[in-house]
Amino acid sequence: MELKEKMLSSFMVLEQELDLSSPVHEIRSKSMKTFEAQGFPTKKQEAWKYTSLAKLLKNNYSIFPKKESSIELKDVKKYFLYEIDSYKVVFIDGVYSPFLSDTTHDGLDVCLLSAALSKTKYKARIEKYFNKVAKQDESLTALNTSFAKEGAYIFVPKSTVAEKPIEIIHFSTGEQGDFLLQPRSLVVVEENAQVQIIERHQSLAPHDVWTNTVTEIFAEKSANIDYYKIQNDRTDASLVDNTYISQDQQSNVKVHTFSFGGKITRNNLNFYHKGEHIESTMKGITIIEDQQHVDHYTLVHHAQPKCESHQDYKGIFSDQAVGVFNGKILVDKIAQKTNAFQQNNNILLDDKATINTKPQLEIFADDVKCSHGCTIGQLDEDALFYLRSRGIPKKEAKGLLTYAFANNVLESVAIPSLKTRINKLIAMKLGVNLGHDL
Amino acid sequence: MLKVTNLHASVEDKEILKGINLEVKPGEVHAIMGPNGSGKSTLSTVIAGHEDYDVGKGKIEFEGEDIAELDAEERAHKGIFLSFQYPVEIPGVTVTNFIKTAINASRKAKGLDDMPANEMLKKIREKAALLEIDSKFLSRSLNEGFSGGEKKRNEIFQLAMLEPKLAILDETDSGLDIDALKIVANGVNRLKSKDNAVVVITHYQRLLDYIVPDFVHVLHNGRIVKSGTKELAHELEAKGYDWIKQELA
Repeated sequence: MELKEKMLSSFMVLEQELDLSSPVHEIRSKSMKTFEAQGFPTKKQEAWKYTSLAKLLKNNYSIFPKKESSIELKDVKKYFLYEIDSYKVVFIDGVYSPFLSDTTHDGLDVCLLSAALSKTKYKARIEKYFNKVAKQDESLTALNTSFAKEGAYIFVPKSTVAEKPIEIIHFSTGEQGDFLLQPRSLVVVEENAQVQIIERHQSLAPHDVWTNTVTEIFAEKSANIDYYKIQNDRTDASLVDNTYISQDQQSNVKVHTFSFGGKITRNNLNFYHKGEHIESTMKGITIIEDQQHVDHYTLVHHAQPKCESHQDYKGIFSDQAVGVFNGKILVDKIAQKTNAFQQNNNILLDDKATINTKPQLEIFADDVKCSHGCTIGQLDEDALFYLRSRGIPKKEAKGLLTYAFANNVLESVAIPSLKTRINKLIAMKLGVNLGHDL
Repeated sequence: MLKVTNLHASVEDKEILKGINLEVKPGEVHAIMGPNGSGKSTLSTVIAGHEDYDVGKGKIEFEGEDIAELDAEERAHKGIFLSFQYPVEIPGVTVTNFIKTAINASRKAKGLDDMPANEMLKKIREKAALLEIDSKFLSRSLNEGFSGGEKKRNEIFQLAMLEPKLAILDETDSGLDIDALKIVANGVNRLKSKDNAVVVITHYQRLLDYIVPDFVHVLHNGRIVKSGTKELAHELEAKGYDWIKQELA
């Protein structure tokens, strides 16, 4: 059975256990129809020109968890930011793990979307936010919406500062064979509130796992959100990350994406501006090798005046790795005084490594500052000679230079222990031994 | 120590060095002077082992061994050091981490373990003091946002840390004010011994007031056209390079 057929029939199975009278169900069926009409994206579509999902469609995935898998904390501790205290929402093969999680309802809600979708006390908020910023006519998003059941629900009320970061971690154990996971998260940060979130998808054993995740984020007036995505998965794990961010006036949202591993990784990162004086920041570091594939597909829709967006993506590609960057900046006619910057710099370490980079600017306002730039290069020969003349062997010298190239993206990481962790990951990926600071 | 014989070198088929002869013995200071474009920087770069230059005819011997085929890092391990005219900026790598990496790379090549952390720290403090370098400076990213003077001082700091047998200083005086020049020259002089040698490459005589050469060579059009003692440098300062050109013509 083709995967599309399987999804259609699985949806019917899902319907049997759902409350069909709930308004959410109407959203699900509508989304299923969208997916049915469109199917999985193909390379014929402009947005998927450089990323083929064909390889992923061949697997015979489990769609629903058959049983509860258990894992020992000691085996997965390294995937948590254990140096610091954090809230945790953890899923194992799509099922919530109360044992590994640390949720709260004290001052803010850090809990499960399944609870929010089913309990009456959340009804009003679900009606206000659920599936409201996610793109309705995008087939993979629609597929996720129709199956949306489990994921994190985060609500930070007005003027509340989340005192510790929130980690959302999805583990895939492989105990139930190949798996298609569709986590769905909803993050609402009210006026003047602040939160830091770290999201990670981690496969723990050899098996084909494909995660098609949707995260909706609402930053209300003057809200401040720092969101970090750690993509350092096994080479048989694939991820399509669909993130939709709605920003009200004076809000500030930063998303950092660290793509260090996986089979196929596609990040659809979308920002929509609903007020003035908004700041949106997107930063990314991609370091991949072998035949790994990472695609960043960003959109910033400047729909209001006096807003700023900054994009800074760096990529380092070795072997036959493939990178894609497509950055779309849309500036509406009323969005005067927009400042939109985009930068994509890449280093290809091997002849067979590839990067496809494409800025896409559609500007309808006349009083704006927009800039974009992309570079594709090898390492600077003079810099390499400088290091080698100090006795540092070529391979190590190359590592140091690529490390330096990637490293400055980390300046804006606001959680020190995370910064250290990513810094070490980068050094490790590039074979750089920086020793200990004196 | 260093013996260069009839050295020819070209970059992208353009011949820049056209038969250089130069011998530097332990304990000596040589100055190589010459107008812009004469091949001064090329000579230093070729000795240090830049891959972009094709060495055609001729030989470069270091302590009796032909090093023309060695990689830059191998030459560094043997004790050749080049202070760059334009040091490269490396964001994210601190001065300290960089020098530690360099020292331990050389030790590894010699089959030694990493230098113990306390010994390294002591050495860093000692050499930083010699060059009047502030400890804050050591935790900055290598050369990033450094002034011209800071870059040069950092080069000499690396020289002090690596303790090479042969130090080639390429235009170390450019971008230095007189106070910085004195500090840098004083550092070089304190590092001098009967066992090591210094080659100073400079356009002007100024630096040679502080690092006094035993021999001065004039490079013109890819050849050493005149050699002498430190008085030659003064003569060049007074008369300019045209005098040499006319003499050659």
